[in-house]
Amino acid sequence: MIIGFLILLSCQLVGEVVVTFFEVPIPGSVVGMLLLLIGLIVVGKVPEGLRLSSEGLLSVLPLLLVPAGVGLMTHFGVLSEYWGQLLIALFVSTLITMFVVAGLLKLLSKEKLEEGER
Amino acid sequence: MWQHFQTFPVLWLVVTLVVFLLASWINAKAGKTPFLHPVLVSLSLIIVVLKVTETEYVTYMEGGKYIHLLLGPAVVALAVPLYDNLATVKRLLLPLLVGCVSGAVIASASAIAIGAWFGLSDQILLTLAPKSVTSPIAIAIAEKVGGYPSLAAGLVLITGAMGCLIAPLIYKVLRIKDESVKGFVLGVGAHAMGTAYAFEYGMVAGAFGGLAMGMTGAFTAFMLPLLIPIIGL
Repeated sequence: MIIGFLILLSCQLVGEVVVTFFEVPIPGSVVGMLLLLIGLIVVGKVPEGLRLSSEGLLSVLPLLLVPAGVGLMTHFGVLSEYWGQLLIALFVSTLITMFVVAGLLKLLSKEKLEEGER
Repeated sequence: MWQHFQTFPVLWLVVTLVVFLLASWINAKAGKTPFLHPVLVSLSLIIVVLKVTETEYVTYMEGGKYIHLLLGPAVVALAVPLYDNLATVKRLLLPLLVGCVSGAVIASASAIAIGAWFGLSDQILLTLAPKSVTSPIAIAIAEKVGGYPSLAAGLVLITGAMGCLIAPLIYKVLRIKDESVKGFVLGVGAHAMGTAYAFEYGMVAGAFGGLAMGMTGAFTAFMLPLLIPIIGL
């Protein structure tokens, strides 16, 4: 468990160092996630402790989002002014995105995806 | 007395956990509808508590930051479910990549384009850009590219709820029956909330939803820093 947590934090730390060093605007945690994925592919399995820590963290992920979400209270000015535009932008954009992706996947690979079902 | 008490960080940790448990209970009672998502309900209730007690957000974050800190390692942990689905990714590499890349680009570019058409400020446009990405990654992206991280978290949640509403209509119009396609579309367009909704169609849909969410999140984090200078923000 502790080793698992250490692995997660180390990957994040290396990720943070990498993005700082190369001065790229990519989150260090996302780079850490790719590093861990590469590490897992190299090792060929998920160590027990890492699985415990990861699944523990991911099972409470919604809770982890709450403090950042509460920060919405500092944006009430923007929200009260633009809530209509923001809602329309979100709705139309999500509609277009899902429509195009669904259409593309249907065209590309109906049989292939069915093969992929476990 | 209260002025002193409200500076206890543990108070806000306790409030956050209690409210979250309450919100989860409300959501379960309401049949798990995305419109009463535990995160949406929690942050609304906590904002009410803070407004009523005249507490500043920074004071709340003295406690909240200990929970927020765990978001980083949680993003790293997303590698584990991705690794678990690696065999599927390899087998379906082309359709999954096309779906993920086109979805990520269209989601960000269309949100920015519509926002710009409405004349929203650059900082709000940068906040809109990661709206289809899972919140932990969206918050990190907004922090990096110069948007408002908290506003991004809120927009992501609203997008998730909308995606769950839109998806069944699209399946009907395009006559999509394949569970894996249904799950992947939900994961690309509506991140974790879409994935949770995809599990209602079955395990396969849920697995593809999680896969889509992870791939889209990681891809968007790398794509946006390249896309933003191209559109001139």
